[in-house]
Amino acid sequence: MTVIAAPDKTGSGFPLGFDTILDPSPLQYLDEHGALSGALRDDVPELDPKELLATWRAMVIGRRFDVQATTMVRQGRLAVYPSSFGQEACEIGAILALRPTDWFFPTYRDCVSMVTRGIDPVQTLTLLRGDWHCGYDSQVWRTAPQCTPLATQAPHAAGLALAAKLAGDDTVALAFCGDGGTSEGDFHEALNFAAVYQAPAIFFVQNNQYAISVPLAKQTHAAALAHKAVGYGMAGVRVDGNDVIAVRRVVAEAAERARRGQGPTLIEAVTYRMQAHTNADDATRYRDESEVEYWKVRDPLARLETYLRAAGLLGEDVVAEANQAAEDLANDMRSRLGEEPEVDHRDLFRHVYAEPTPQLLEQAAALQAELDAEADAESEAAR
Amino acid sequence: MTATLDGAAQSTEISLAQAVNRALRDAMTADEKVVVFGEDVGVLGGVFRVTDGLTRDFGEQRCFDTPLAEAGIMGTAIGMAMYGFRPVVEMQFDAFSYPAFEQIASHLAKMRNRTRGALPLPVVVRVPYGGGIGGVEHHSDSSEGYFAATPGLHVVTPATVSDAYTLLRAAIESDDPVIFMEPKRLYWSKDQLSTTGPAIGEAAVRRQGADATLIAYGPTVQTALEAAEAGAAEGYDLEVVDLRSIVPFDDATVTASVRKTGRAVVIHEAAGFGGTGAEIAARVSERCFHWLEAPVRRVTGFDIPYPPPKLERHHLPSVDRVLDAVASLQWEDR
Ligand SMILES: Cc1ncc(C[n+]2csc(CCOP(=O)(O)OP(=O)(O)O)c2C)c(N)n1
Repeated sequence: MTVIAAPDKTGSGFPLGFDTILDPSPLQYLDEHGALSGALRDDVPELDPKELLATWRAMVIGRRFDVQATTMVRQGRLAVYPSSFGQEACEIGAILALRPTDWFFPTYRDCVSMVTRGIDPVQTLTLLRGDWHCGYDSQVWRTAPQCTPLATQAPHAAGLALAAKLAGDDTVALAFCGDGGTSEGDFHEALNFAAVYQAPAIFFVQNNQYAISVPLAKQTHAAALAHKAVGYGMAGVRVDGNDVIAVRRVVAEAAERARRGQGPTLIEAVTYRMQAHTNADDATRYRDESEVEYWKVRDPLARLETYLRAAGLLGEDVVAEANQAAEDLANDMRSRLGEEPEVDHRDLFRHVYAEPTPQLLEQAAALQAELDAEADAESEAAR
Repeated sequence: MTATLDGAAQSTEISLAQAVNRALRDAMTADEKVVVFGEDVGVLGGVFRVTDGLTRDFGEQRCFDTPLAEAGIMGTAIGMAMYGFRPVVEMQFDAFSYPAFEQIASHLAKMRNRTRGALPLPVVVRVPYGGGIGGVEHHSDSSEGYFAATPGLHVVTPATVSDAYTLLRAAIESDDPVIFMEPKRLYWSKDQLSTTGPAIGEAAVRRQGADATLIAYGPTVQTALEAAEAGAAEGYDLEVVDLRSIVPFDDATVTASVRKTGRAVVIHEAAGFGGTGAEIAARVSERCFHWLEAPVRRVTGFDIPYPPPKLERHHLPSVDRVLDAVASLQWEDR
């Protein structure tokens, strides 16, 4: 067997070992019991209790958001919701490692990240509720529209990162992607471009083991998705995607590397999709309940909580406050998403071009005339 | 055509999705070179359950899940067809066929031509398409125009249970690549299955009429039929032609109908500008000029990206819009 030399052993200073790229065992701070794991024990003094508590609080809120959104699908208030329950360490750890000035490229599954970024939950769910394709201001939040075609956002992240570099800014671009998405051509082209231009980009793969019904073993023959970095000459790292401390740390370091001009990083976070792909999916057709059970005990939120309690960091007042904040968010979602949204038919024509074409103006006028006639007929009938 | 249906099955109604499944089964039974692959088509049976049970009944060699890569699926199908197989691949949703477009436009469509006939590609690409099911963005595109504008591809689209079956059997038997557009909002519509049906390239007159011809295909056939029904109440005797096949185009049926009625409205969901309706209107004008009482009208989606679910009802061709178009066809006596 040929051993490929891992790239980037140039002393770029990764305590987490970005040059462990060929080692398929994921980096970890906390094991599934919430205990500090051996490998990284030495780094623990750097853990900042305030940061840990803030991370935990964001996870409590993020999970509540997810549960509420799932409920609202069942009630018919949302058209569809791809849950990230169980993936909070990725969704939240990665986002909290960014600066507000950094850019984020999410997929349909990453609502919890967006809420963690500060985007209004209702705006976050605009796409999935069916009101409009994107409900938030991408420029303000430095968050691209949630991407539905898989991996097609990855080259955008490479391009934005390149632009930031050319502009002399220290902005970093983080793109999320699923394990399935790593099979798309766009994913590979993005990695290659980012590496060639040494763009300050981070490609964060949430390896949740399934692409709808297709398990990882049928998605790739590679021992680890992080290995894909090798061929592009970029740093790659595999992290326990249910260990929020590790995720946050790894992304923070990748971001620092990027800011230092040391180019892109591929991060594979090993996690699990606890729910079905979406409400339209029947997961019992392709996976065993025992598998889900295996992952239940690796729950990222419980893991951090166990650690914090054991370390005496989690006071009851803190717990009460976080739970209250989560309930407030859920209540707010319930009432605001419960209202029938007002959609404006004129939006159909508004943003197709900077200036509507004469043809679009004609079509808009025709629709307006149609609706006016309908309204007249209705009020006539009501009289 | 070899039908394997027993009498009992024939007397019950099945859905359009089940008809496609039946066609795949029968084709796989008839010819072991027929293989089915794509994203989630195996154990799951496809996100619309169109390939349900094929892996179970034919094995993983004949129906299998692929990595998530449309260009890979398409290119692999081309390679397999070069080696004598007859792949039937699925693009999970209309807009997700775009990553495969390079393979489709540059190779699938051109291989026979490039090789002076040495390498025909008997590949079927199944594309669930169109709106009306409340899908979020990229799940409701009508992409038939891109394919129809690419010489070398057949483009067919059934609107009935029986056509879904027979057209797919014909597509699989064809020695040329066929883009098989499945109107996803008709997946759950049910009917008796008849296994004798048209060859590729034959339109059907779904309803006889004397005053004007409604030309539709796929999801809009239903709209056209409803409009014809409603039009009858308003005194219009409308004929409905279901194209079934966009390429090849059945000029004969369409021309005969429009020469008879003297008026025509073309209906499709895709944007009107540069759409297949423009081609159809042009052909009708060329062939029926002296018979036409009015310019050919089109009722199509607006020239906008497919809208979100809450707005799609404004975008999709409606019965009222079709009737308005009919009313505008210069009726001197009305
Ligand atoms: C280009 C493209 N092809 C197909 C699909 C249909 N599709 C939506 S999600 C999905 C599975 C994605 O799996 P993965 O990338 O692992 O992400 P996850 O959903 O698990 O987060 C598929 C096949 C799509 N959205 N885009």
